[in-house]
Amino acid sequence: MKRWLLWGVLGALVLAYPLLTEGSAVWQRLGALVLLAAIGASAWNIVGGYAGQVSVGHAVFFGFGAYSAVVVYTHLQWPPIAGAPIGMILSMLVAAAIGVPTLRLAGHYFSMATIAVGELVRVLSSTSDFLGGAQGLGGPAMPRSVFDLSFISAAPFYYIFLAVLTLLLGLTWWIERSRMGFYLRAIKDSERAARSLGVSAGQYKLYAYMLSGAFASLAGSLYLCMFGFVDPESGFGILISVKIVVMAALGGAGQLFGPLVGALILVPLEELSNSLLGGQGAGLTFVVYGAIIVIIARFLPSGLLSLLERRKVTRAD
Amino acid sequence: MSLTLVQVIVSGLLLGAVYALFSSGLTLIWGMMNVVNFAHGEFVMLGMYSAVMVWTALGLGPFAAAPIAAMAIATLGVASYFLLVRHIMRGPMLAQILGTFGLALFLRYAAFWYFGANFKTLPDTLVGGSFSLLGIRFEGARVLAGVMGLAITLLLHVVLTRTAIGSRMLAVSEDATAAQLMGIRPQRMQALAWAMAGASTGIAGALIANFFYTSPTVGETLAIIAFVTVSFGGFGSVLGALVAGLIIGVVESLSAFYIGPVYKDVVVYVLFVLVLWFRPQGLMGKT
Repeated sequence: MKRWLLWGVLGALVLAYPLLTEGSAVWQRLGALVLLAAIGASAWNIVGGYAGQVSVGHAVFFGFGAYSAVVVYTHLQWPPIAGAPIGMILSMLVAAAIGVPTLRLAGHYFSMATIAVGELVRVLSSTSDFLGGAQGLGGPAMPRSVFDLSFISAAPFYYIFLAVLTLLLGLTWWIERSRMGFYLRAIKDSERAARSLGVSAGQYKLYAYMLSGAFASLAGSLYLCMFGFVDPESGFGILISVKIVVMAALGGAGQLFGPLVGALILVPLEELSNSLLGGQGAGLTFVVYGAIIVIIARFLPSGLLSLLERRKVTRAD
Repeated sequence: MSLTLVQVIVSGLLLGAVYALFSSGLTLIWGMMNVVNFAHGEFVMLGMYSAVMVWTALGLGPFAAAPIAAMAIATLGVASYFLLVRHIMRGPMLAQILGTFGLALFLRYAAFWYFGANFKTLPDTLVGGSFSLLGIRFEGARVLAGVMGLAITLLLHVVLTRTAIGSRMLAVSEDATAAQLMGIRPQRMQALAWAMAGASTGIAGALIANFFYTSPTVGETLAIIAFVTVSFGGFGSVLGALVAGLIIGVVESLSAFYIGPVYKDVVVYVLFVLVLWFRPQGLMGKT
């Protein structure tokens, strides 16, 4: 009973957040950004957290989503959000193309291969005129209809991102409890053991990778709708890939709310330090940012949510 | 074979030897304790800044800068091992990424804050400009870096495979508990590995600084090359890193010359993915 009350209050707070921060554009924007980052990291969590296949190349999918959204505007004059489903389908195909050769690789080799593929795509995108080359492409400068999703305040984005995140977490929750979820965790613990018990590991890893790619792509499309611009660095850059991994790992990879917790900590840390200190102090604030990540890795190697687990264990004793 | 082709291949080999040198530290750590150091590029970057500081403060060239950089980065490596890596190496792989990437950010922005964002370059004349031999043009700085790179990488390989201390390190990487029972202290060997990796990385940085721009973010570019070289060569194999480094250097030069500079990385990444497809353990890795 107490638990339901806690969840209810938390849910109400999340829903009311844009109303509570009505006067402050900075805080509303921050809320939307946290949710967007949580979508990207939760998408990664399906393959990286549950299946234990640490991809450091999810920017490929993020970038495909962002570019799909902007390309349908630039070349077809459609509203950018119409590119989202196209990006998701493309990303699933790309995930299959990348996944079939690379998912056979074990551990660090898979991570390194995804880094290489990510860099490959970034370099190629910067040479493509269709994608605007190194300068990138911009979305509609003036909104033509409500479907262009150009809002003055960040509150509508907040609710759109919240809906997508809820959908994604719901789907993850369902997978967690399904046969596939058990397979993925078995593969993570020991792929050889899982295979010997009849799990077609290759197939399930690929499913997880494709699903994960599709949602990372959706995060990219949503990013474009909010920011209206993408270039090779902000779409396919390795920093995007690494941030996605770090966020999920910080909160707790392989746990439903891990990526959200990671986003709740890292995004405000980055945004607030940027806006408060501007260009001057940027160096010093990222020093602190790095130090915080190091300290968490040092003392809580399984992420922040492992603190709760630990408490549960001591209670059971 | 035309002279231009020879010129392109020679410059590729010289570049490749430098790639081998700054990747050998990464492969040593990776092979010995199965840790990927995401801050490796930042180690190289700090080695480069050591050379810049030796030049601006003392007016001395690479022969003074290389040993100073070696000592500085070796110290940094040992400190990272004792303060961070020792604690996260038994944890999940993600903790390693989290920890070493946090270290990378910390070092990168500490350099940004202290040295500023501007690119710094060392004067060409520091290593004797350029000269011609048999019709091929050589840049002094690149020749020095290439030759030293080759020599130090080979030295590292010999130390690891032909000496008692190398055998002890290998024993720890195979089975730390068994090694301990034989009277070897695993932590001491692992710290030594970090010191050796740091020293070679520091020297590599000090040599690269003579022909490459130095900036706080240069580590990101170099780290990707190092990751590719190491996985290409097979992790843990210094000789593999050397062969892979030379191949990558030559392939980069050739494709920059024949296809265009923008595509040199594309060719290398495609080659890398192909190698992993046919030999998932890399060129010289253990299965």
